[in-house]
Amino acid sequence: MATTVKTAPGEINEVDQLIEKYGFDDHFHDHHDEDKYKSNFLTTYVFSQDHKIIARQFLITGIFWAIIGAGMSIIFRLQLGFPHESMAWLKPLLGKWIQINTDTGMGTLAPEFYYALVTMHGTIIVFFVLTAGLSGTFSNLLIPLQVGARDMASPMLNMFSYWFFFLASVVMFYSLFLSTGPFSGGWTAYPPLSALPQASSGSGAGMTLWVLSLVFFVVSVLLGGINYVTTVLNLRTKGMTLWRMPLTIWAFFVTAILGILSFPVLFSGFLLLTMDREMGTSFFLSEIYIGGQALENVGGSPILYQHLFWFLGHPEVYIIILPAMGLVSEVLSVHARKPIFGYKAMVYSIMAIGFLSFIVWAHHMFMSGVNPFISNFFVVFTLIIAVPSAVKVFNWITTLYRGNIRFNAAMLFAVGFISMFISGGLTGIFLGNSAIDIQMHDTYFVVAHFHIVMGIAAFFGMFAGVYHWFPKMFGRFMNETIGKIHFWGTIIGAYAIFWPMHYTGLAGLPRRYYSREGFETFRHFGDVSEFITIAAILTFFVQLLFVVNFFYSIWKGRKQTTRNPYGATTLEWTTPIIAGHGNWPGKIPTVQRWAYDYGKDGREFVPQIVPLEEGEHDGGEGDH
Amino acid sequence: MDLTVSNNRRNKIHPWIFALFAACASILMMFASLTSAYVVRHAAGNWLEFAMPTIFFVSAGVMVASSIALHFSYIFFKKENEKMYKLLLIIGSILGVLFLVTQYKGWMDLNAMGVFLDGNPSGSFVYAISGLHAAHVLGGIATLIMALVHAFGLKFKVTDKRKVRFKMTLIYWHFVDILWIYLLCFMIFQ
Repeated sequence: MATTVKTAPGEINEVDQLIEKYGFDDHFHDHHDEDKYKSNFLTTYVFSQDHKIIARQFLITGIFWAIIGAGMSIIFRLQLGFPHESMAWLKPLLGKWIQINTDTGMGTLAPEFYYALVTMHGTIIVFFVLTAGLSGTFSNLLIPLQVGARDMASPMLNMFSYWFFFLASVVMFYSLFLSTGPFSGGWTAYPPLSALPQASSGSGAGMTLWVLSLVFFVVSVLLGGINYVTTVLNLRTKGMTLWRMPLTIWAFFVTAILGILSFPVLFSGFLLLTMDREMGTSFFLSEIYIGGQALENVGGSPILYQHLFWFLGHPEVYIIILPAMGLVSEVLSVHARKPIFGYKAMVYSIMAIGFLSFIVWAHHMFMSGVNPFISNFFVVFTLIIAVPSAVKVFNWITTLYRGNIRFNAAMLFAVGFISMFISGGLTGIFLGNSAIDIQMHDTYFVVAHFHIVMGIAAFFGMFAGVYHWFPKMFGRFMNETIGKIHFWGTIIGAYAIFWPMHYTGLAGLPRRYYSREGFETFRHFGDVSEFITIAAILTFFVQLLFVVNFFYSIWKGRKQTTRNPYGATTLEWTTPIIAGHGNWPGKIPTVQRWAYDYGKDGREFVPQIVPLEEGEHDGGEGDH
Repeated sequence: MDLTVSNNRRNKIHPWIFALFAACASILMMFASLTSAYVVRHAAGNWLEFAMPTIFFVSAGVMVASSIALHFSYIFFKKENEKMYKLLLIIGSILGVLFLVTQYKGWMDLNAMGVFLDGNPSGSFVYAISGLHAAHVLGGIATLIMALVHAFGLKFKVTDKRKVRFKMTLIYWHFVDILWIYLLCFMIFQ
């Protein structure tokens, strides 16, 4: 099996010799002989400053939220797929949100709670799972390990980054149990639903906690992002030039920059929103009547909030997808036993995507009353994103071409990612056109598009990363067979859920509706909706396989016996199997070549710590 | 905390100072978004025009004086002139607190002019922007208090670590100083 491949030039002794010979002595252990960082249980496992522990904290919190977020989608899918079935059996879980008809005994989901579920599903998956759980986990785990640093630039701020996320989690979790319910105005929190506490049941305390939670979350992202950028730019080991960095690092680096520059804008939006809520200002409110009574707010503009929100919101989807792209690039190259195709083109396309992500935000607002001439600008730049995206897809596929592919779970998910990214990316070209968007906006076509291209695809990237780097995190492997079942169940399930939505969406079925019952024209979508719900339930249970596999393998998984089980070139596989705080027991390894020397000059792979031979060109920068 | 700082550093800039610059970029984006929201909202009309209270100019002067005092305090610190370092640090810190007092006075003056927080958005923006800026100055004052604790609580010694700490406080302080001048100019000329 792939994972047991012997590590020809990477045998333990040889790695140690190379580090000893070429490594850099930073006298780390002169200062840390007694390792003050491991003084007790609390500072080792709870308030840890070790990036590897913090990565695991992010991941496990992310898994917790993924179960809740996905579970919510199952409940609202039940309402959509089986509106005539009684949901009384959910009453023990949902309490008053299941309304029982006393005559028939029929239980129905309260409409306001349906909206709360959809809102929370979006918020949780976008921010807590695919931002914190994905970028938080792997940026933390891999940046110091792959650039050859002892830890982040500021381990303490890094610890705070996790604990602010934890605080955000606690507040959001608490809001789920409010008697008025959590916030229900959509994950985008558009005013006036978010700005007027009296607008709906979730707009009061639910929204207050939502915004508080997200402010903590913004702080978490900023502390993390500042650390990631600083670490990548300042703490790379000797020889690790920018053009020798693995694509994972490039992706995390650009992601962190996007976060640093876009999350503050969201914060500004929240600041003005909170002032509207609590202090009577009118930034986003104007001429509103509630229950026949005119409010005093005059002169605000809800569109202004949308601009502020989407200035974050669009880079946010790249904050989600770029780390997944980085992980997939690395996994593909390692398990295809080939250098990544077009390394520099990959780097430039990451940069191009990062840059373009800042100038396309209004494509989320084509139908919000944006001037059509301004829309033209956003259409053009939106469609241009297809270029670097296509470059990446081409390079991934070309990396696979004639590769000596190991189809393990990590690799399957990486390939699945490409499939999802293509399927979802193509529908993005439809939606990016403001004219076509007139028909498509707010339909299930949009739901299908973004779930496939950034929801499922990012999850696939994350799964590829978890299966691949699980040994690095826990010194054990996840079960491969269950992993493969997980993959096939997920890819078939995900397409079964979202593929049909393209058709219902094209036919005009609107998203966000609690019920289709009032619309004769949508009645015939009942069967499709039922099918989607069944697929969603099955796919959800397949994910539980992953959860069981994950936690079982932490303690009972097959032990990692060689330091570099996949025969990978990058630095994280040169540490001891269970690395302490500081990562390398002695010197820090130095880097002699780029990260993708696979199948070179008859050698299966050449780790980055192996010096270039005479006359040998460096793949990253040497021969250009 | 020295875990990574004792690392192999080929670069000239200290990682913590670089991290501070990144943080400043982030803060700048926050204010940039607020000022662009201001521009967009301004263009939409129904905008109350009023002159900024003069006390805001005084506060800008106070802030600049504070920055200069702290700058020289740092220079004297590097020259191991303990007396001047401590004196200018105290003066700079007091001016920092005075800045907040003058800002508060500014909000009172706005109120007296009939420009209310919950009135026309043109006024609300001034309160929101200057308030958020004051919150960042407050953060700066917290670091100045730390600097004072170091200055008077520890034995006087010029070490690299203390230099970096002081320099970071100084950079942040200059940053919020320049930020206020930018914001004030913005609000006057818009």
